Amino acid sequence: MSLTTAFFAVIQRDLILAFRRRTEIANPVFFFILVVTLFPLGVGADPNLLQAIAPGIIWVSALLAVMLSLDSLFRSDFDDGSLEQMLLSSHPLTVLVFAKIVAHWLVTGLPLLLVAPLLAVFLGLPEQALGTLLITLVLATPVLSLIGSIGVSLTIGLRRGGMILSLLVLPLYIPVLIFASNAVEMAGNGLAVDPQINILIAIFFMSMVLAPLPAAAAIKMSIT
Amino acid sequence: MELITEKMLEVKNLSCIRDDRVLFKGLNFCIRNGQVLLLEGKNGSGKTSLLRIICGFRVQDEGELRWCNTALKDSEYFAQMAYVGHLDGVKKELTVIENLKMSLALSQAGRYSITQALKKVKLAAYDNSLVQSLSAGQKRRLSLARLLITKKSLWVLDEPFTSIDKEGIKLIESLMHEHIAQGGMIILTSHHDLNLTETKVQKINLSICH
Repeated sequence: MSLTTAFFAVIQRDLILAFRRRTEIANPVFFFILVVTLFPLGVGADPNLLQAIAPGIIWVSALLAVMLSLDSLFRSDFDDGSLEQMLLSSHPLTVLVFAKIVAHWLVTGLPLLLVAPLLAVFLGLPEQALGTLLITLVLATPVLSLIGSIGVSLTIGLRRGGMILSLLVLPLYIPVLIFASNAVEMAGNGLAVDPQINILIAIFFMSMVLAPLPAAAAIKMSIT
Repeated sequence: MELITEKMLEVKNLSCIRDDRVLFKGLNFCIRNGQVLLLEGKNGSGKTSLLRIICGFRVQDEGELRWCNTALKDSEYFAQMAYVGHLDGVKKELTVIENLKMSLALSQAGRYSITQALKKVKLAAYDNSLVQSLSAGQKRRLSLARLLITKKSLWVLDEPFTSIDKEGIKLIESLMHEHIAQGGMIILTSHHDLNLTETKVQKINLSICH
């Protein structure tokens, strides 16, 4: 079958799998909601303070939620041998890995996108920043899945790779965090955010082109 | 059935070292259309390691593999080769049909349709059940059904008879026979005595390949 068919077949398969393991989709979203709600309890319900730290809270929580879900990207396929079969396919592994990343974003990034505006209102983020928050999430959550895929594929051969995974991946998330939360903050103050958005667009395209390659290479290394 | 064009897998001077232990050294063999290669040897003699080198998962420590006189990487080898290993490579949350459709999407359609293949391996009644409700032997049959729906000339089978009943063993032997008769090739490891009449089986004992 053609490469396009294979690409969409992988996405479809992963979406069916996610639907059959519904708790796995729900977990990152609930984690995200829960972490965001913890902050007002911890720092006090001062509206000015919450408003000031809202972009940071939302972005750090989103980042952690995506990171928690990363392990599911290749783990089950590695354990039951499906990844071996993908490796043996005559299609380039890079494209199949990219399909898996797209499916991962649809299952974890997209739900975050849907609940984030609610949480923003909950933290008292100014209305004019909501649009920017959504734009940064649209641009940057795929980047989190893409960069994360490199880390997961490197640690997939390790039984307990969770801690190393976060050490590998979190530093790489820093640029996304800086530009995304800064954009939301500036938008809240009514300032222009074009530079940040442009940089996020650049990061988005760059990681889309560059991340699947090392991820596929690392998978080939992990399967021996 | 179309005749598969002349193919050949050649292994030259292959060595595999694992944790400072030489599993095998200076291994040479060649397998052509219509041939079966049975790997024998004690547990830990490197049968699975050899199969995984043939699949390209492991890198050999010495020697080379050639497909139709070209290096594996530059040839269409991976479009021609199918592997059934210790792991079934099927997803337990998917139905039997969904699993086979996925395998089909990853390679080229072969001589049987999904329905025909399921009939062949006696899983026709289970087409819409989730794989997690199947028994170990049925899962094994499912992963062997994958070989039938895709168009591959070389089958690499690691212990294909594990957890399969007597009747199933006969069935798989007849499928293997059919594949060989049509010009396919099979490399396999098995502790079960292979009963392939009319086919000459090459045997390599890895326990003595040092």
